[in-house]
Amino acid sequence: MIKAILIFNNHGKPRLSKFYEHYSEDTEQQIIRETFHLVSKRDENVCNFLEGGMLIGGSENKLIYRHYATLYFVFCVDSSESGLGILDLIQVFVETLDKCFENVCELDLIFHVDKVHNILAEMVMGGMVLETNMNEIITQVDAQNKMEKSEAGIAGAPARAVSAVKNMNLPEMPRNINIGDISIKVPNLPSFK
Amino acid sequence: MSDVVEKTLSALPSLLSLDSQAGAGKLSPSSKLGNLIKGITELTSKHEEEKLIKKELESIKEQVASPNTTMRQMKEIMVRAIYCEMLGYQASFSYIHAIKLAQQGSVLEKRVGYLAVSLFLNETDEFLLLLVNTVLKDLQSTNLIEVCMALTVVSQMFPKDMIPAILPVVEEKLTHPKEIIRRKAVLALYKFYLIAPNQVQHIHSKFRKALCDKDPGVMTASLHIYLQLIKENPESYKDLTGSMVTILRQVVGGKLPLDFNYHSVPAPWLQIQLLRILAYLGKEDQGTSEMMYDVLEESLRRAEMNHNITYAILFECVKTIYTVHPKSQLLEKAAECIGNFVLSPKINLKYLGLKALTYVVQQDANLALPHQMTIIECLDHSDVIIKRETLELLFRITNAQNVTVIVEKMLEFLRLTCDDYSTIDLVGKVAELAEKYAPDNVWFIQTMNSVFSLGGDVMQPDIPNNFLRLLAEGVDNVEDRQLRLFAVDSYVSLLQGVTAKLPQRFLQVISWVLGEYSYLREEESDPGSVMRLLARLLDQRHTSTETRSWVLGAMTKLCSSPVSVALARDVCERYSGSLNTVLRQKAQELMILSQDTKLRARVLPAEGRLESLEVDSSLSFLDGYVSEALAAGAAPYKSPHQRQEDLVQEKALSLEPYGLSLPVSLSSCSITDRLTDRRSPTLLSMSSGLSGNSTELSHQEGSTTLKLEGVKRVWGKDGYLAQQQSAGETPTPLVELPNPLLSPQSPPSQTQKPSSGLEPDQEKRQLASSLFVGLGSHNSVCLMGRAETAPRHFRRKPRGESSSGASEGSSNSSHSSRSAAVDNLLLSNLLDSTTVASEGGAATTTTPQQTSQRTLDHTTSNGNPHVEGTEQRVEAGGPLSLIRGNGMVAVVPPTHTQTDPQTQQDLHPAPALERPRDLPLASHLPAELSGLARSEFTPLCSDQDSSLALSACRVYKEDALVLLVFISNNNDSALHQMVLQLTCKELEISCISGSPLKEVKGHSVSVCLHTVVMKRASVQVELAGLLSYQRPLGQPQAAQFSLSLSLKHFLRPLTVSTGDYGKMWLSFSHDLKQNLRLVTTEHQEPLTATLDALKGKLHLHVVDIIGSEGIVACRLLQGPGQGQPCLLHCRVNADSLAVWLRSPVPELPDSLLYHCQKALTET
Repeated sequence: MIKAILIFNNHGKPRLSKFYEHYSEDTEQQIIRETFHLVSKRDENVCNFLEGGMLIGGSENKLIYRHYATLYFVFCVDSSESGLGILDLIQVFVETLDKCFENVCELDLIFHVDKVHNILAEMVMGGMVLETNMNEIITQVDAQNKMEKSEAGIAGAPARAVSAVKNMNLPEMPRNINIGDISIKVPNLPSFK
Repeated sequence: MSDVVEKTLSALPSLLSLDSQAGAGKLSPSSKLGNLIKGITELTSKHEEEKLIKKELESIKEQVASPNTTMRQMKEIMVRAIYCEMLGYQASFSYIHAIKLAQQGSVLEKRVGYLAVSLFLNETDEFLLLLVNTVLKDLQSTNLIEVCMALTVVSQMFPKDMIPAILPVVEEKLTHPKEIIRRKAVLALYKFYLIAPNQVQHIHSKFRKALCDKDPGVMTASLHIYLQLIKENPESYKDLTGSMVTILRQVVGGKLPLDFNYHSVPAPWLQIQLLRILAYLGKEDQGTSEMMYDVLEESLRRAEMNHNITYAILFECVKTIYTVHPKSQLLEKAAECIGNFVLSPKINLKYLGLKALTYVVQQDANLALPHQMTIIECLDHSDVIIKRETLELLFRITNAQNVTVIVEKMLEFLRLTCDDYSTIDLVGKVAELAEKYAPDNVWFIQTMNSVFSLGGDVMQPDIPNNFLRLLAEGVDNVEDRQLRLFAVDSYVSLLQGVTAKLPQRFLQVISWVLGEYSYLREEESDPGSVMRLLARLLDQRHTSTETRSWVLGAMTKLCSSPVSVALARDVCERYSGSLNTVLRQKAQELMILSQDTKLRARVLPAEGRLESLEVDSSLSFLDGYVSEALAAGAAPYKSPHQRQEDLVQEKALSLEPYGLSLPVSLSSCSITDRLTDRRSPTLLSMSSGLSGNSTELSHQEGSTTLKLEGVKRVWGKDGYLAQQQSAGETPTPLVELPNPLLSPQSPPSQTQKPSSGLEPDQEKRQLASSLFVGLGSHNSVCLMGRAETAPRHFRRKPRGESSSGASEGSSNSSHSSRSAAVDNLLLSNLLDSTTVASEGGAATTTTPQQTSQRTLDHTTSNGNPHVEGTEQRVEAGGPLSLIRGNGMVAVVPPTHTQTDPQTQQDLHPAPALERPRDLPLASHLPAELSGLARSEFTPLCSDQDSSLALSACRVYKEDALVLLVFISNNNDSALHQMVLQLTCKELEISCISGSPLKEVKGHSVSVCLHTVVMKRASVQVELAGLLSYQRPLGQPQAAQFSLSLSLKHFLRPLTVSTGDYGKMWLSFSHDLKQNLRLVTTEHQEPLTATLDALKGKLHLHVVDIIGSEGIVACRLLQGPGQGQPCLLHCRVNADSLAVWLRSPVPELPDSLLYHCQKALTET
């Protein structure tokens, strides 16, 4: 499970923080500070995995990060996630941001925190990876943006807005896979004798 | 903040001016967020930022409070509040408005509202209750976006108690026509499963449907659930192996639509997930593993090394191959793969390669051999993380021969590191290794000295504790004395030097050891010297108060000679006026004890200081004082838990639905409550005179009905109960028996020469040979033992054996790592003369012995190192004379089983369930167990030629579960050197009877008896077993099996009166409520029928049934004479049964509820 996703710049200013597990307000800030401290002192040519944050770390968890120009993207995950998999997930996330904002830069993240959160919500839900396909994510986000636009236009006519929203169709591609015959049978547990 | 600020500032105007044309998403130039950010970027100090944000928050507060603010503006305000919160400034006043926005806003505003809520609040926040209705409404909305938002917020955080309210709606979404909704619903349900597994139990069949969903996305989402479920309980999902293999084969084979490809790799994340599931399924299960060999091989083959993500798949694949039942062909390929990782120039892959090696060397230490040189290079790598991972790897391959070199490397790293996490981690490891493999006293004490001085005050407190215990334990033989004496000597010399840099913990250890064992060196030095050193320690300013009190304690033990007494008096004078009360007390003690030698001899006897003292935990000697105080008007004592409860009742919102609350009499008895309260002192003073059993009186009041009034506030009752509870909870001291099988037996060592071709310098060569010594092909020699990996305490190691003596000699003569390396090298070469060291052969060829070795390691070295199963077996058939530790006697000859209902009734309420059916094995049942209720015989495993068969049977004794393992030898030849090991970390397994049986004759059956109790309540546990044996003319062989035991096997009825039940109910802190199905039969009341069903299936005791309520009690076995109670209160509510469980242990209600649910579904 992903425990937290943090984005901060080269100076440790948080640009986005999302925690999928509950920490107190103070701890969250400490985690951001500690993570920055750990990540920022690493050279460019060392590995992207880190263990050893005291707060979020421990032997169970690890930090996986990537450094892009002025920003650090850090994912805190537990042992049930694949390290290299997460590393590529960060890449997908950044590429998606780049597509959505057209040449994403730090400022986009500052001014559109809510949008970035929405994109993230399509990728990761409650700490679980939901979608890894960039096109799929963009389709979902676009559908919502479309609604946003249409709503801005029809602000005066609520009835029309409602019907427009109701009739809206999210694109769905038929994607089939034949996974064969899965026997659905409840396993027999030994009865108490 | 130099260049970035500049960049930001220069970009700002253009950004702001571009806004209008960029579309609806961009901010307007007058945006307040824009202004805020602009303001913040212009600042230069943290202090100014604080001031600005404070101001901003003020203005936000004003705006949200104003009635004129529209939802649209509110949305913008929320984004600003989110920004402030992210920077770490509390905006708690806006939380309620965020909820309001989610409730009332249009879709767009709602989205921001939900976002703000999910960022501001957490699961425990009471504000969330306000959101439940909104979520429910949105879940049922026809607008897909709203449904998606609701599902997202639900999976981020949702109050546990409120899950039942929305569960049906979320469940419904599993059949929604849109795949994205189905996917999110699956993940939301997974989240519910994580928070409250019991509540989604009934929808497991729907998870299977999600797995078969026509959309691969939904199937992928459902794998999250299955990964978790299978991890928890692989046995129940073995039937899915085929399906998982099919899915993986199709994914690998490229059957998925192209849009699932990532860098032309088909659905890599899905593959990773599936490989993990297969690893759990195939672990220690040959049959299941065989199903997946093909697809694993295909995955390995298909994943060509071309992109990062394929490495991720390969890594997972390798891990799976090493987790499932081994197949040599695959292992070879995987080993090759690991080699590619380790040798890769890419640092991430190197890291993962080391990780993979660390994982696999636990099963086969030889795998590290081909990579010696790489490992040595990694030790000096510039990246700390790589270095640390290498040390972790070395930690795993440590044995008695290379321990000195590896520990030296670790200490070297420790001296350089400054980060707390690695220090704590490594210090712990060094301490562990030192304790396990220390070659001699000198080395051990010196290593521990470095541990204490390097670990300082951050290390785990159990390291000094363990060290002190190790010193103190054990008989007073010569070795122990030497160890202690050496410790004392080294500490004295340390204290004579500069002490300013020693950490406080170390000083505390030093003072304790000096206090206890200085007498060992008294004869050679003057008596006051140690005392003077300690006094010097006291004088130093950096010594903390805690350390000072340790020092004073040590002085108290030491002041025997006149010189010391004089010194002690000095010290006392100084500290008897100290502001710190602890120090003052210690000083007083020292003062008095130093002057009164007789008293001192009584309080601190020189010998036997560690004999356990009897502690009167009920504090009964204070009863008189308490009753006096109560009579004088003091408030009666409340346990912390009770106080908490009172506080909660007074202040917090009551979240419990009214219908479910317990006995009506409880809430409507405030007057009697006060009456009994006032009477309690007298009650107490009378009863505490009578052997402290003060519940007797309150007993009489409430023994007939469910009247529970008053009991809650009586001190006497509580005290009594606490006492009873503590008696029930005292853990049996874990006696670690030195395992005769794992006795140290150092194998002949062997040196592996680094592979030729490379030309590493001499130093590295030497280092390699000393690091990897003892990893050679010798493994096949000691099949069972794995002496070097078996846990073994330094203290318990028999000295003077030839093998350990050899390594002792080597390290005695060496103090620096360099010379040690050379010595080790020489030594190993010497020892080598008997074995043939083939260069690569030992490392890569897989002889049959090695394979079986690997199988063995699988069970022995994988789990926790403390193997608790001891192995003994009993010859069956003949006259039995079992000596059992407990007093439980049930000697009923088999023939009397049916004719003696009285005995059976006493022992077990449901004897009818158990009927011996399978007679052949039943005749081997020990006589005194044959009258008891038991399970059927379950076959565990058998040979290919069925010459050996194992089966098991459970016998339900009143105070324990007895597990019998029958070993039937169907061959002519006898079995020799039999060893049966049972391991399970959730269970406490102990063998019942006599001396271990070594062999089974041809065509006969042997029985091994073990009593099993649960350490912690859990729904179901897996017991792993391993039987190793040898035929007269054959290789050593081993048979593995596993057996699952469920909680209900460990439940026994708890016979209590209604009155006792009431008292216990109030004193238990962990509770759980749930509605269960009612069982309806024709001729019985639904409640009675349901309770009867539970009683029959789970061995519960129905205490009483009054009208529509019933109370039930049971206990969970936990060692002889102990048990953890669990109480159930059931009440019929329309067509369901509201059950309320309470217990002093947190896990019990949860697991019991699971079984209740299952029992009722089955009827």
